[in-house]
Amino acid sequence: MAKVIIYPINSLILSDLVERFGHKPLAMMEKIKEKVNTVGVDSPPLNITAEEPKMGLKYAAVEVPAGVRGRMAIVGPMIDEAEAAIIVNEASMAFGCMGCARTNELTKYLIRQKEIPILEVEYPRSEEEGKEFVYKIAEFLRSLSTEERS
Amino acid sequence: MNNEEDVITKIVVISSDSVLPIDAAMKVYESETSITIKETCFGTMVTGPRTAVDRVVDELRAMDRNHIFVKERGFHPGDERRCRSVRGGGPRPGFHYLREEVQMLPMIGKALDAYDKHVPPAEIHRAEKIEVKKLKEIIESNL
Repeated sequence: MAKVIIYPINSLILSDLVERFGHKPLAMMEKIKEKVNTVGVDSPPLNITAEEPKMGLKYAAVEVPAGVRGRMAIVGPMIDEAEAAIIVNEASMAFGCMGCARTNELTKYLIRQKEIPILEVEYPRSEEEGKEFVYKIAEFLRSLSTEERS
Repeated sequence: MNNEEDVITKIVVISSDSVLPIDAAMKVYESETSITIKETCFGTMVTGPRTAVDRVVDELRAMDRNHIFVKERGFHPGDERRCRSVRGGGPRPGFHYLREEVQMLPMIGKALDAYDKHVPPAEIHRAEKIEVKKLKEIIESNL
């Protein structure tokens, strides 16, 4: 079972497909769960503390906006942990504010820098493209080792 | 944290012609006592210890494997930071993203059916992006 980072990092479809083919998805939701269930991080609606932008310095320079660094404090460790990656290009729902857009670019850049198996697919816009999308992802996940990695 | 202490929430999205959210909810009510569920317009949210939730989710998936989709959720149902009853109405943060993906699920379900039947995908010709040189020509021709 490989740890597969997905992009968009909170995608239902990608998370489901990775789990369906026997691997562990590295997705934003699990990390958010850890954050919101930690005692002391309970100031609605914020779930990021002042510590996160500092942790984000490992992944982005100090002049990068705090929003990007805060997000990278969560996304960065996921990239470090990843053993494989699936990136969906031009996903319409990955469109967001500038902080998100820059974080998304940095996330994709850092994933591509890692020497791990990476699958890049285009966002499907028709039924035929959907079939190709699922086929490529399924074949990629099947090609990954199913043995437990430490 | 062991699996018994680790309380998680999973979103089960149903995009099936044969299974309704109420069917899934009834299945959960039958199977586990340590689990709480919330029915929603797109399916159910299942909360409980990780092992119990994983077991129930596997049972739900088995009802219509290629048309039921699951992902973990960070916040528990009713969490004041997300629940719209406390926030004064409106969609909760994250709902728009989920709705966008839910619209794609029939297509993904069909694709999974085709993959199971070993139907290779047809070759697709995507429209190529226009070259900068050509774009410049078009702009100049309109001046």
